[in-house]
Amino acid sequence: MGETRDISLTINGKTYSETVEVRFTLADFMRQQLGLTGTHLGCEHGVCGACTILFDGNSARSCLMLAVQADGHEITTIEGIAISDDELHPLQEAFRDNHGLQCGFCTPGMLTTLIEFLRDNPDPTEAEVRIAISGNLCRCTGYQGIVAAALDAAKRLREANAA
Amino acid sequence: MPPEAEPVGSGSDSGKQFGDRVKRLEDPALITGKGRFVDDIRLPDSAHAAFVRSPHAHAIIRSIDKGVALELPGVVAVFTLADFRPHLAVERMVVGLPSPSYKQQRDRPALADEEVVHVGEAVAIIIAETRYIAEDAASLVMIDYDPLPAVADCRDALKPDATLVHRDAPHNELAAFDMGYGDVDGVFATAPHIYAESFWQHRGGSHSIEGRGCVATYDETKERLTLFSSTQASHSAKSVLVDMLGWDENRVRVITPDVGGGFGPKVVFYPEDISTALAAILLRRPVKWTEDRREHFIATTQERDQYWDVEIAVDDDGYVLGLRGSLVHDHGAYTARGINLAYNSALVVTLPYEIAAFHLDVRLALTNKVPSTPVRGAGHPQGIFVMERMLDRAARELGIDRAEIRRRNLVPAEKIPYERPLKSRGDTPVLLDSGDYPACMESALQRAGYADFRARQERARAEGRYIGIGIGNYVKGTGRGPFESVNVKIGTSGKILVYTGAAAMGQSTRTMLSQIVAKQLGGDMDLVEVVTGDTDGVSIGIGGSASRQTVTAGSSALLAATEVREKLLALAAHMLEASPEDLEIVGGEVRVKGVPDMKIALGKLANAVGGTPGYTLPGGIDPGMEATGNFIVDDLTFANGTQVVEVEVDAETGHVAFLNYVIVHDSGALINPMIVDGQVIGGAAHGIGNALYEWMGFDENAQPITTNFAEYLMVTATEMPTFDMSHMESPTPLNPLGVKGVGECGLVPATAAIISAIEDALSPFDARLAHCPVTPAEIVAMVQQGQPVRA
Repeated sequence: MGETRDISLTINGKTYSETVEVRFTLADFMRQQLGLTGTHLGCEHGVCGACTILFDGNSARSCLMLAVQADGHEITTIEGIAISDDELHPLQEAFRDNHGLQCGFCTPGMLTTLIEFLRDNPDPTEAEVRIAISGNLCRCTGYQGIVAAALDAAKRLREANAA
Repeated sequence: MPPEAEPVGSGSDSGKQFGDRVKRLEDPALITGKGRFVDDIRLPDSAHAAFVRSPHAHAIIRSIDKGVALELPGVVAVFTLADFRPHLAVERMVVGLPSPSYKQQRDRPALADEEVVHVGEAVAIIIAETRYIAEDAASLVMIDYDPLPAVADCRDALKPDATLVHRDAPHNELAAFDMGYGDVDGVFATAPHIYAESFWQHRGGSHSIEGRGCVATYDETKERLTLFSSTQASHSAKSVLVDMLGWDENRVRVITPDVGGGFGPKVVFYPEDISTALAAILLRRPVKWTEDRREHFIATTQERDQYWDVEIAVDDDGYVLGLRGSLVHDHGAYTARGINLAYNSALVVTLPYEIAAFHLDVRLALTNKVPSTPVRGAGHPQGIFVMERMLDRAARELGIDRAEIRRRNLVPAEKIPYERPLKSRGDTPVLLDSGDYPACMESALQRAGYADFRARQERARAEGRYIGIGIGNYVKGTGRGPFESVNVKIGTSGKILVYTGAAAMGQSTRTMLSQIVAKQLGGDMDLVEVVTGDTDGVSIGIGGSASRQTVTAGSSALLAATEVREKLLALAAHMLEASPEDLEIVGGEVRVKGVPDMKIALGKLANAVGGTPGYTLPGGIDPGMEATGNFIVDDLTFANGTQVVEVEVDAETGHVAFLNYVIVHDSGALINPMIVDGQVIGGAAHGIGNALYEWMGFDENAQPITTNFAEYLMVTATEMPTFDMSHMESPTPLNPLGVKGVGECGLVPATAAIISAIEDALSPFDARLAHCPVTPAEIVAMVQQGQPVRA
């Protein structure tokens, strides 16, 4: 093992204190060391967006960060999006209802990216949604189901907030 | 077999799921991060693999020195072909589909032998405690290469005295064949009009967002290898492993976990599969290999270049009399699949239209590039592109509207079923089995507002905007046989288990099969568990390719589920002392209609035929509540469709924006329209990539020059239109479901329609487009020069 550091970070509300190789990317650390395999790696050079996580609430590419950079920070991954074990996030529901995924490999990054986007922009236009996910590649859907899911989720979230 | 009025079985009790936009069974795991893709599999004590790959397109390996790499802490082993050789019964992957047209056999070795023939060819495998260390060590293996001249262009490959792709080859022609019918020479000798065009078409890579990968583990207690692989064809992979290892079949199992998109290349068996498997066998440790994106660019198979020279003969009214020409296809350095791409291209050219005479000479050229094998569409888009572009040319020359020339030549509905004078690659007839092509095109034209388009175009031009419209008609052979096995089994738990060799890589295979099975067995999809891509599930299988699985596996699932249904009813009738006609299957029970208390659970029925030692089986029923369906089909069923595309071209930047994208698609009966929509639209999106963005570049030394997603452009959401998607439903008589394949269809006419639309938009500049992809720079050049740019 190469040079290591001890880090402590919170992922999906759970605190992890780990010794990690300094050269491990955050994505590899989460997937290989912690077994959090919901976050996917599609290109490992920051283009495809499958590895997108929420880092202190902001979307970030976990393939372009080192695990040590996450020391003391708070991370949300696809495993931590649902409201509870029994209740999905409205965005997850909308993805299923609108056929927003086929193989599901890009989905982790799509969901995290859109959670941030809909939080900051609760009533987006279709064009705004398309720009929001323009840093996430999907080879299956042609994006149509994803865009529909995002707009549907925005509506559900607005209704939930109004209630 | 004629189509049934109720094509999916008349005895079903709850058909709500079939034909509906049922939510997918795959989704709950995938939207919560609980999917299990191959790289998610973490076996105890795993080691990790990385490959040393050739940096040269063509070279001799003088020596390999592993010493420094082996000294690196954490490195477990370094293997080359020499290390594997004693453990291989067969050193090469003999996978080429049969054809009489081969001129030479070029099978890939497990790892490179003395000669490397493309950049990215695997030379050695490093096994280490972590992937990081394995990659470090890969750069420490010292290989002494003696570079040789390489062949980059498939046209150059076929020239006399061309540089040889393989040192020991007599030439670079991998295969050659011709295809056609009718009196071509006679037609061209007397035709009133003959127009000639030359086309270059390029496809690029599959670029599933998940790359390839495998995890191999050897169980010493069972002396058995298990390979988890992101393959589209687990049974084929097992068969190659059995051949290469020389082992008995019972000692090899291949399991396909969740797959993050396939799109063709994952159907192929790779050096990485056998090497990872052998490493696990030799080290007695699980070994994992996960492809990175650069490896996907240089070592995963692709579809690349085709060069066509074509002439069309037409009469004064635009009726096509004949088509002839030649095709040169870039095969790459090895045969990793066969001649099927070029065969598909040649076969499909004339299919949508009535053309009396056709002849095409086809040559497949070896090049020093990674092998080409099917990428979604598999040669069909190229053939369709050629025909549609030739029709556009004839229409322009003769002053006939482009829709009208198609109307005059499309195969009329009354001719269907229509056997064409061509043969599939398996020598079966080419029968256009169902569909109404002219009606399909008219529907698309109407949705696209084609009749008003010229007025729209004039108004736009008055505003200085360049808009254009293009039409692409296609047919695509789908459902390639001969079969896909499906076993349906009810256990004592009452769960309905479905095992198949079909592969799931995002096409909703589990949902599709569940809908079919549930309709026969009580209607509760939650009771159905589908196991795909496990060679221990069913003994024979073929896998996911050629838009085939709903036709083949779907029909087999129907046969098997129907047989289980009959067995359930017969047994329940015996046990409930009722007549089978009075029974229904609802949820997890068989019950007497109208008598809710008279019922018996599926699990109990399964238990009753599970056998008790010394006791007779009830009602004379055969053992086991299960059946295997093997629906056998040789003829392809032909899906068809039309895409009408309206674009706006920015004359200053060359940007192409989609104003409207109409798809009318006919793949027969629809099991789940939501899923079909998704597949077709996804295919069209890939077609937009092929028309405008995706280019897998190589320099003159066959060095790949587009090896990341900055250099190779994938379409993103902002380039996409909102597709106007609609269906016609012409059930095929060739299978009991009436279904045709879908997976590749959306892609097939896309490049033809898009390039046509761009040319139409740029008609004020007299632009001519005979290639794809078309780049913004080429568009700007055409605008500035006001004259054609050709490949």
